[in-house]
Amino acid sequence: MRIGEAARVAVGALVAARLRTGLTVLGVMIGVSSVMVLIAIGDGTRREVAGRVDELGSNLLLVVPGKVEIGMPTISRMQLSDVEAVARVVGDPTRVAASVASGELVQAGPVKTFTTVAGVLENNRTVLVRDIARGAYLSRADVDSARRVAVLGATVARVLYGGTDPVGRQITVAGVRFRVAGVFAPLGQSLGVDRDDEVHIPLTTAQRLFATTRVDGLAVRATDPAGMAALGDRIVAELGERHPDSAFSVVTQDQILSVLGDILDVLTGVLGATAGISLLVSGVGVSNIMLVSIRERTREIGLRKAVGARPSDIAAQFLTEAVLLTSVGGVLGIALGVAATVAVERFTPLPTLLTGWSIALSFGVAAGVGIIFGVLPALRAARLDPVPALRTE
Amino acid sequence: MTAAIEVRQAARAYRVGQTEVAALRGVSLTVRRGDHLAVVGPSGSGKSTLLQLLGGLDRPTAGSVVIDGHDTVTVGEAELARIRNRVIGFVFQGFHLQPRTSALDNVALPLVYRGVRRAERRRRAAEMLARVGLAARAGHLPGQLSGGEQQRVAIARALVTGPAVLLADEPTGNLDSAAGRHLLDLLEQLNTEHGVALAIVTHDHEVAARARRQIVMRDGRIVSDTDTDTATDTDTITDSGVCS
Ligand SMILES: Nc1ncnc2c1ncn2[C@@H]1O[C@H](COP(=O)(O)OP(=O)(O)O)[C@@H](O)[C@H]1O
Ligand SMILES: [Mg+2]
Repeated sequence: MRIGEAARVAVGALVAARLRTGLTVLGVMIGVSSVMVLIAIGDGTRREVAGRVDELGSNLLLVVPGKVEIGMPTISRMQLSDVEAVARVVGDPTRVAASVASGELVQAGPVKTFTTVAGVLENNRTVLVRDIARGAYLSRADVDSARRVAVLGATVARVLYGGTDPVGRQITVAGVRFRVAGVFAPLGQSLGVDRDDEVHIPLTTAQRLFATTRVDGLAVRATDPAGMAALGDRIVAELGERHPDSAFSVVTQDQILSVLGDILDVLTGVLGATAGISLLVSGVGVSNIMLVSIRERTREIGLRKAVGARPSDIAAQFLTEAVLLTSVGGVLGIALGVAATVAVERFTPLPTLLTGWSIALSFGVAAGVGIIFGVLPALRAARLDPVPALRTE
Repeated sequence: MTAAIEVRQAARAYRVGQTEVAALRGVSLTVRRGDHLAVVGPSGSGKSTLLQLLGGLDRPTAGSVVIDGHDTVTVGEAELARIRNRVIGFVFQGFHLQPRTSALDNVALPLVYRGVRRAERRRRAAEMLARVGLAARAGHLPGQLSGGEQQRVAIARALVTGPAVLLADEPTGNLDSAAGRHLLDLLEQLNTEHGVALAIVTHDHEVAARARRQIVMRDGRIVSDTDTDTATDTDTITDSGVCS
């Protein structure tokens, strides 16, 4: 039997059982669209992370206390003198940024906000590539004299001052008065974290404010991407010499990316599998509906066989019906998935990215579900004996 | 005349739970091209079972049935389907028309499995419907047709492929005699003009009397097989089909 004829028969049968067809299509739609949305979120997040690395460049080394492999945060034993020692290893102090951070209450007049306050060196802006929208960044003199000046992230500036210019105004950080020196250009969100929700103050000022001599971590901008591994080894060796009982790790942006990528892969896999289960359930629905349809049409099958349909003709007819059912569900599911992805992009902080590849995959999976879950019922129909089939009511 | 269907010592037993029910107990019969035979006998004597074997809808559990040179016991399912499509036309007791399909498409159905294109199928089906006098009803659904009209659609469907043998299981059973007679006229015309062999299971004496050959069954066996024209057992004659 030609495929066109099988499709014609299938359309007729599916239209005749509208309600059942509709419900089955709905099940496939939900499965396909949820797979699509989750892939879109995974792809969107991946693109965002890759974009962040592009911003920072691939020649950035991050120096953190502890062993990265263990993954547990470690209290740092590093101090300003260690920063100077690393700067000597690197050979250029302007390439070594350091920071100590704490969550603090920041207040301007009656308005308060709780935010991350980072004590940094004046080179932080260049090493970590940050743009200033208004005013100026911290200066060498600010750090050397431990001045009480602050640079606000875009979110903090908006929360405290709304539309007005905060430069030159007074704020308090943990109850201590600061002058606003500048405002960062907005960065937006990354992995659901608002990167504009922070305040920078001089490292020296921060150590006094937090009553510590600690430095949490270093960032080193290497001149030569090829020599990064060797440079990292020398930095770790230097720090190890200075703190024999502590461990230090150096990670590159690429390593962070690949770790994040792995986490994203696992996450996308788990979410995709969850959505896949709903597709699987819809597949079982397809099987069920096909079996019901075959039972109802046993006489028709008997008649077709009596007038010359081969088992393969009958199998092809019902397989076509199942695939048509899930393909319609697939196409509608893709439409629903695109709409849902647009909604996620607009109404949630989650990034999304729709690719032709994921759309093709969703459709392929839907059609595949039709084949896999249609085969068994189709074979059962193909094996029906014509004489008893004709005799059924 | 050559044999269209050759049945040799065919038996058909049905398994019902633990016991076996013998529907046919060793039947031998030759249907020749151009034959016109009626199968009569009490209910449960195995008439329908025999017809199913003749049409390749079913296979014997012992013995053999050879349709157009193909032994139905040994051919595969697909090949048997092809034989049914090419050699046999079936008119079922309940007609078995597809309720959601027009008379025209009901008649065209067997051509689907012969790989005939849609336009050509419809052309041939329309021609066949005209032959049975239903040209004006081509677009009607079976439910919109009278019993007699439905039967003619079923016959058109059985004949559309140009079969060598037409098998009918009590085709006039539920029709008034005027419609039944008209139908028999049509079948006999096909038989004499085109040499289509007819095998009709019937309870109706009038229908049986019009056949050239009467086969009487009882309890799964053929108890007599007589040729009306010569009043001789067909076992002893070779050329009953073409007498005129
Ligand atoms: N599918 C079946 N299962 C069990 N017994 C059957 C089946 N079909 C027919 N029979 C039995 O076989 C015998 C012959 O049946 P059938 O050929 O239909 O007779 P007829 O058409 O002459 O009335 C009957 O006794 C009937 O009950
Ligand atoms: Mg019967």
